[in-house]
Amino acid sequence: MIHGRLDAGLYRWLWLCLLLITLVLSNTSRSMARALDARWLIKYPGAWRVDMKSGISRFMQWLIDDASLGPVAFSQLTRGIAWIIEQPYQLVLGFLSSGLVTGQGSNAVQHLPPVSWLAVIVAVAVLGHYARNLWLALLVGVAFSYLAVFGQWDSAMVTLASIIIAVPFGVIVGLLLGIGMYRHAWFDRLLSPLLDLMQTIPVFAYLVPILVLFGFGPVSALIATIIYAMPPMVRVTALSLRGVDPETRELGIMTGCTSHQLLWRVLIPVARPGLMVGVNQVIMLSLNMVIIASMIGAGGLGYDVLTSLRQLKIGLGIETGVAIVVLAVALDRLSQALSERSDAVLIGRGGRSLWRQYPRLTLVLLTLVCGWLLGYGIPALRDYPPQWQVSTGLFWEELVRTINVNYFDELEVIKTHILTLFMLPIKRFLLGIPWPWGLLMITLLALRFAGWRLALMSLLLSVFILVNGLWEDAMTTLYLCGVSVIIACLLGIPLGIFAALNKPLGRAVSVFIDTLQTLPSFVYLIPVVMLFRVGDFTAMIAVVLYALAPAVRYAMYGVQRVEPQLIEAGIVSGCNAWQLLMRIRLPLASPQILLGINQTIMLALSMLVITALVGTRDLGQEVYVALTKADTGRGIVAGLSVAFIAIIADRMISASARRAQRRYSLGGDSSR
Amino acid sequence: MSQNKLICQDVWKLYGRGASRLFRDHAGAPSLDSILSAGLTPAVRAANLEIRVGEIFVIMGLSGSGKSTLVRCMSRLIEPTHGALLFEGRDLRSMSSREMISLRRHKLGMVFQHFALLPHLSVMQNVAFPLAVQGMDRQQREQRAADVIKLVGLDGREQYLPAQLSGGQQQRVGIARSLAVEPELWFLDEPFSALDPLIRREMQDEFLRLQASLQKTIVFITHDFDEAIRLADRIAIMKDGAIIQVATPEELVKRPADDYVREFTRYIPREKVTTIASIMSAVADAEGTSGASLPGVAVNTNGLFVDASSKVADVARAIIESEQPVPVLNDRQQLVGHVHRQQVLDLLIEGLPE
Ligand SMILES: Nc1ncnc2c1ncn2[C@@H]1O[C@H](COP(=O)(O)OP(=O)(O)O)[C@@H](O)[C@H]1O
Ligand SMILES: [Mg+2]
Repeated sequence: MIHGRLDAGLYRWLWLCLLLITLVLSNTSRSMARALDARWLIKYPGAWRVDMKSGISRFMQWLIDDASLGPVAFSQLTRGIAWIIEQPYQLVLGFLSSGLVTGQGSNAVQHLPPVSWLAVIVAVAVLGHYARNLWLALLVGVAFSYLAVFGQWDSAMVTLASIIIAVPFGVIVGLLLGIGMYRHAWFDRLLSPLLDLMQTIPVFAYLVPILVLFGFGPVSALIATIIYAMPPMVRVTALSLRGVDPETRELGIMTGCTSHQLLWRVLIPVARPGLMVGVNQVIMLSLNMVIIASMIGAGGLGYDVLTSLRQLKIGLGIETGVAIVVLAVALDRLSQALSERSDAVLIGRGGRSLWRQYPRLTLVLLTLVCGWLLGYGIPALRDYPPQWQVSTGLFWEELVRTINVNYFDELEVIKTHILTLFMLPIKRFLLGIPWPWGLLMITLLALRFAGWRLALMSLLLSVFILVNGLWEDAMTTLYLCGVSVIIACLLGIPLGIFAALNKPLGRAVSVFIDTLQTLPSFVYLIPVVMLFRVGDFTAMIAVVLYALAPAVRYAMYGVQRVEPQLIEAGIVSGCNAWQLLMRIRLPLASPQILLGINQTIMLALSMLVITALVGTRDLGQEVYVALTKADTGRGIVAGLSVAFIAIIADRMISASARRAQRRYSLGGDSSR
Repeated sequence: MSQNKLICQDVWKLYGRGASRLFRDHAGAPSLDSILSAGLTPAVRAANLEIRVGEIFVIMGLSGSGKSTLVRCMSRLIEPTHGALLFEGRDLRSMSSREMISLRRHKLGMVFQHFALLPHLSVMQNVAFPLAVQGMDRQQREQRAADVIKLVGLDGREQYLPAQLSGGQQQRVGIARSLAVEPELWFLDEPFSALDPLIRREMQDEFLRLQASLQKTIVFITHDFDEAIRLADRIAIMKDGAIIQVATPEELVKRPADDYVREFTRYIPREKVTTIASIMSAVADAEGTSGASLPGVAVNTNGLFVDASSKVADVARAIIESEQPVPVLNDRQQLVGHVHRQQVLDLLIEGLPE
């Protein structure tokens, strides 16, 4: 025991020394390099680089031009996939937005105009009523009316069409893959690490290859969306199937089910509540992709936001951003209600409820047909008339201008202080570390937290970043991410703890966090850019806003989860409220809190790539530039670098979370 | 057809990696120590059993003693590590999966501890589920399902969902479902353990009533000795995966095979397991004589008589209140002996502390 404490003390000193050395090195590296005439110490020499980028680019070119799987050329395969996705998409798009058209360009013949806006609103409202009640009908009805009234209708329908296609594809493919994982251990072993990777790789990393393989356009955007939104469905499927009570499985076998019957008549229906959570996830992630997907050719709301951000059109950006939020909230509530509803359907099963459903269907069909027929006479029914539209753009612009005029100095003071006192020192510190020392420290940290295996992996991954000449970009990424995560944790964890200890506050915080999480990541960028213009500070605020949620949620969950018995034991032994918190609640909640920090880091990294739009000069910018130039090699290498940072951080933190967990369960034993 | 429905020959189930290797290394009979030191869980060890046609065979043991594993080996829900299983004389373990499916569809039924009802199906659909799996058409299977639902006393609740039923009612659904296919061998794995004591007793009575009319071959698992002696024709006692003794409840109490069984049966009131036959004074030439027309023997003045197979506890009061010896009849209504109140009292006193 004493021995162990001595060791721990020694370790602490060792790490303190290492930190000090790093600090000194970081501060003196420049002058040292000059004195020693060894510039390679601070800047990895271009001559030592390994040119992976052009190799990858050449490989992609080869894939497109020459590769084939047996008799099928690779390009035919991609074209086939594109075709499968394109057909239903065009159908839905025509239905909602462009009308059903055959022929191209000037030869185009419209067979059927798009559905009247009124019919769509009635349809979603009726769906809301079917799914839950009048209130939900009102909510989604108002949400969709908002889209019409504020002039977002056409874009919103394009976006809706892509969601309507992406979600079923994502759900079905995810379900099938999940079933495969459940059934075959080898498939699980194959797919699990891939899913891990997918969830840590920022979307941007695979935008470039998709762009190259499928070309610029809505199909590429759909494919990217499906790839992005599918992993949770795969995991949820495998997890819920495994979660089915073993007795229920045995029941299936004992009644003589074939494996097909077992799956579709027993396991899937029993696992349905879990699966519905996956479906909801797919919907939310698809919405999250709306703006990013517009970079490779999705039209609609995302495209509008992107353009206005690029042109710094404040009002338009906010207006469209709000439209996305409105759509997201409506679809989220609707899908949740629908998943809960299907349980209720069965309870009321019987002849009566069937015909009671017909009036709603009739109503929808009636407005649909009337919309079409009357649309020929009354154009206002076909397209929402522009003179009825209201624009809030001016209002937002005015608001932002007022704030900027009246509070410019205050905002500027806050920004400058945080920048000079907090962010820039960290940036200077990280960028000043000579890369050989940096490599060593990363390896040592990995060794300390998770053992030699991870140490080796971290070393290799860092070397990858280094030899591709991305060290400085990676350090900038680390700096932005680190700063944002620190601030997010400083705000989020105490908030989560308070929320856990105070019921009313807890409820309020839950609602707040839920709402934050339904917002697509891009939306956070808009108001911040308006107030602070472009730069690191803006990026940091947007990242903090986006990444705050898990820090709060996990801290709250962790503290709430502490066993009441332990709290009672604390009270009985005379702890006051503060001691209870510091000695019992927090230590026991620490594994959860660590997991929350882990999630925060992951979100921060994925958001960083988005903030590249506001001019941060990090790996995100690298990817973004590669995207605009369709430079495959560069995009993939930079994307992989971000993913590697994410992987290293993820593994280190999960390892220490596991250790914390073990320590507290072991601590309980040894004290007996 | 043989008298035995199912025979287990030297069935083993060891959980953990390398189980079959350990088995080979020890020539088919690894000791408990060698199993444990190899880091394996000895869930079932060297089980030899014969389940006779029409009997209620109870497997009893503390939780973790391997009962569920054994019964799952019998139905091949779990593949045994070693051993042979004969169902109606056919080797179960060499059957193809198609044969197993057919066997399970028509000849086996199982009731689960936690009911294993499908939450998205109504009572009617749950009970008809095994028939639906066989591909029976809807009208026919609902007809059949309605019959069994009635049998377990749930008529009127066909359209309820499982969540709308109490625990006891849910298990009735589970029982009805397993009976829907008219199985020949019926496995029940602690069917009443998840129920409250009062409900449990009621369900046991119900179960006995059902069995009286159905005459299935039953393998019944329980960890409750009271339940075992109430229901069992024969009981197998398990400990650490091994079967320690197979006997009737009465034998188990009178001649426990070892201290473990003795400890188990110590607090079991003797009168609950002892039959009248084992305490009565037998009639020397009882064969072939009918109690009602036996001239030489005084019939009890109250017109009272008891069955030879009754448990003493069930008839003790009547015998003790009777002045004269009570005639004992066998199941063909023939006189086989007399039982005197003193014989009953002796048995009751024997169980009391000195
Ligand atoms: N799937 C399994 N994997 C490993 N060990 C198991 C498994 N199922 C049961 N066991 C172990 O086998 C032993 C017997 O379990 P079981 O048959 O469920 O006992 P019972 O039904 O008598 O309570 C227990 O020690 C249990 O922990
Ligand atoms: Mg069991």
